[in-house]
This record gives sequence, structure tokens and C-alpha cells, in this order.
Amino acid sequence: MTDGAFIVGAFEHPARRAPDKSVAELHVESALGALADAGLGIEDVDGYFWSGMMPGLGIVSLIDYMNLRVRHVDSTDVGGASPLVHVKHAVEAIAAGKCNVALITLAGRPRSEGQATGTAPRQGNSLQPDSPWEAPFGPVTANVYGMCAMRHMYEFGTTAEQLAWVKVAASHHAQYNEQAALRDVVSVEDVLASPVVSDPLHRLDCCVITDGGGALVVARPEIAAELDRPLIRPIGMGEAVMGQDGGNIDLTVSAGSRSAPIAFDAAGVDRKDIKYASIYDSFTITVVIELEDLGFCEKGMGGRFVADGNLISGIGKLPWNTDGGGLCNNHPANRGGMTKIIEAVRQLRGEAHPAVQVANCDLALAHGTGGLMGSRHSAATLILERQ
Amino acid sequence: MRTERTIPIPPRNPEIEPFFAAAAEGRFILRCCLDCAKFHWYPRSRCPFCMGPTEWREAARSGTIYSFSVMRRIKVPFALAYVELAEGPRIMTNIVDCDFDRLAIGLAVTLVFKPAEDGTPVPCFTPAPIAVTSPLATAS
Repeated sequence: MTDGAFIVGAFEHPARRAPDKSVAELHVESALGALADAGLGIEDVDGYFWSGMMPGLGIVSLIDYMNLRVRHVDSTDVGGASPLVHVKHAVEAIAAGKCNVALITLAGRPRSEGQATGTAPRQGNSLQPDSPWEAPFGPVTANVYGMCAMRHMYEFGTTAEQLAWVKVAASHHAQYNEQAALRDVVSVEDVLASPVVSDPLHRLDCCVITDGGGALVVARPEIAAELDRPLIRPIGMGEAVMGQDGGNIDLTVSAGSRSAPIAFDAAGVDRKDIKYASIYDSFTITVVIELEDLGFCEKGMGGRFVADGNLISGIGKLPWNTDGGGLCNNHPANRGGMTKIIEAVRQLRGEAHPAVQVANCDLALAHGTGGLMGSRHSAATLILERQ
Repeated sequence: MRTERTIPIPPRNPEIEPFFAAAAEGRFILRCCLDCAKFHWYPRSRCPFCMGPTEWREAARSGTIYSFSVMRRIKVPFALAYVELAEGPRIMTNIVDCDFDRLAIGLAVTLVFKPAEDGTPVPCFTPAPIAVTSPLATAS
């Protein structure tokens, strides 16, 4: 790949609760927001990327709803990491000449639909080969990630206090985000005093449930050069899927251990060069395990790494999720990948809130996990550079 | 108020029917590879390690808790777990018939079938009757 492609448009839908909108409406509003940000029109879009998370041929329905005329379609669904994978696939598709302007969207309204995202089973699929061996036992989001946390604590001595620091950092950032679902700054003690959802995870170890969405526009270099936007280039991208390995599951390791080396090798940069990191925070433990697998610290040291405000912009060594992340700001469609990329783009453009903006932020990382880290999941890593 | 969780019915398919037929007789069987001799979980006709053919074998019905999490914010709390079987594979299950506050990683457990809503026997585990191991026995 020579010049690759550029992220030229990014938009986070302002809604956190959208009882009066349809999911399709949230998609098109997000799409228009990202296209306006780029300075492009919907007629310029010739590639569409969405995980198609609707029963039936979801992506065909959405393309028809928006009346897009596209020549390249990608409905890859790997859960919450999907938008990160879509950026990778969009860059690859543009490089291969399959499209010029790629639109990526995500939207959903789990809050208005009353989903108990973390504690109730989601609609399963009896055709999935793992379903007979898991559905009877009630694996939901909170208890599956709970098992990861229990094992991490057992093997490495990670503490509930250390996990709480992840939420504390997110809340410090969210106080500056007027659109954040939760803006109150919390302490380690607040997290530990909140009720346990599933051992050892407290309510404040869990991300928010929000309606909303977001969109990105990725364009060929010749087109990006004509636009009046900072040039944000993915210089390293990795994707991976990790399951139970036939019964050898290790609950302390994520697919990020496979996606991150691919991304860093391609980018030719070191961990210490990263000025800002968006890392998916479905739960506090998710961040701890991902940080280790991304190589920001040794395996098992994630708890110590996040303690004492190390993720707080202006205080710690690794400014992280400066929008407040999924823990405080937004988690549209129960999928955190989109908002991770959007805040990384804001940081690289210098458009984050001044209180959390990283000085001269020219290299950032966005990383996400999809599915359930404690059973089978995906991960994708993007390293983004401001030109 | 219910004190026992209702177990959802496992979907079934021809590849795994022998497991449920054996379970109906109270037997716990695993798939083992005829080429590489490894047990795996969940049961498949082809070995996930070498793609060799596999056969059903009687299992020891014992293991230790690899990890667990007790769901608290629900009407009937329950313990989701991975149990590491004596044969090696770690399997998702529920720990039942016990005081959840006394569970620990490394605890020895034995198999007990529990009926799903339609009576299908589902493999759960319960703490072993005699303390033959300490929680540190399987520390890694």
C-alpha cells in the first residue's frame, strides 16, 4: 500500500436516548453528520460499511432506505469492534480500487428498547455450534467479563481498587463532555460502594446503555487532498478473532494480543510513540486486559498500570478515552468501536475538549473488542497518524 | 420465590445427539481425537487441534473451578463458571447446590446433571463432597 486512504469525516450522534427515532433514522443522521464534517455529499458515497445488525438482509435494507448507489458493500459483523474492522476494510477496498468514498455507520437504541444489556441474555442463534453448550448456563455480558476479572485477580493479584481507577479516569474526562450520559466525577470508593452486578464487577465497573450512533467517511488520497479537513491516515491496522481454542481458553488474554502486533508492525511505531489511546471499555477489566495485550505493559501488570490516574489526560502517562468512553459518555447499539475512532480523530485534529486535548497529538491508537472476551470475541487495532 | 434457576433448553443437532442420549442415562461423555489423542470441548466430529476424526469416550466427571462469577443483580442469583475437567478441557457450566459465597478458583467439583425446562439433562458441577484438594492445588 502506498498512500492508503484518509479518515476525512467523523460524527458522533448527540442522542443518548432516542425514544422518538427509528434505528434507520439514527443511521442516516449520523451519515449526514460525518459527510458534512468531511465536506462531501451522500451522492459521493460509493462504498458502504455496516455490520448489518438487523434480522434479514440488514445492509440491503439500509442502502435502500438511504437510497445509496454504491459499488462496494461490506457487512462484516464482529460485534463492537466492527467499525474498526470497517475502517481497515475501507482502506483496503480503496487501495484495491473498489470504491473512492467509504461511508461507515453504526446506530441502535437499546436504551429506549429497554434492553438489560449486561444482565439478560441477548437473542441467541440456535444454529451457532457453541449455543447448546452455553445457552443453558446463562452467560450474559456482565458475568462472562466477571469471570475474566476473577481469573485476572487470581493469577496476577489485580484488585477491585485498580479496576475502579479505569472508571475514575473516564469520569474525569466525561465531566467536560456536555453530551456524556454520566458527567459526575467518581472516586475509587464510589465504584466499590456501588452494588455488585456479577462478581467481582460493580455497577460502576460497567459501561452505560445508550441510544445513538456515529459515522465515519474514509476517502481516497486524491479526494482527501481536495477537502478542507486535517488528514488522518490509518498507518497500521490489525484484526483478529479469538475463541476457546478447543477447551484451552485463557480468560486473561484477548484477541488484541494478535491484532496489535499486526498494527504496530505495519505502522513501524513503538508503544511509547502513541500520544493518545482510545481503548474499548465495556467494563473496567476489558481495558486492563487490552492494555496488556496492546503492549502498553506486561501481561498481568494492567491493574498497576491504570492505578493512580495513569489514564487521565494531563495527569497520567497514557491519555485515554478523553470523551468519557463507554463507561461514562456513550455506548450506542451496545458497541463501542465507533466512538473509539471518533474521539481518536478529534484528538488528532486538535478538536477534543481543551481540558482533555493532548498537546501536539499526531499519533493515536484506537482499539476495540467485539463479542464476549470470556467466550469468543474479535479485536481490531488502528494506529492513526495526522499528516 | 424461586430458589432454583430455570435452565434454558439447549438447542440440539445430529452431531451432538449422542451426548444427550448418554446424559439421559446419567453418563458424561467427551469427544477425543483418534489421531492426536487429545480431548476437546465443546464436542465436535473433527478435532479442533488437528482436524482428525474423533470418538465419544466416558469422562471422569471431575474437575476444578478455573473461574466463576456469581450474577447478583437478578431474581435468582446463579454461578457461571469454567471448570477444568480432569481430561483437560475447560468447559462453561454452572456451579449448583452450594453456598455461592464459598466458591473459589481451584475448588474441586464433581459433575451433576440438572434438568433444563424440558427435562434435557445439562452438565453442571457441584463442590466435591470431601476436601481432597486445596484452592492452591491448581494455581498456575
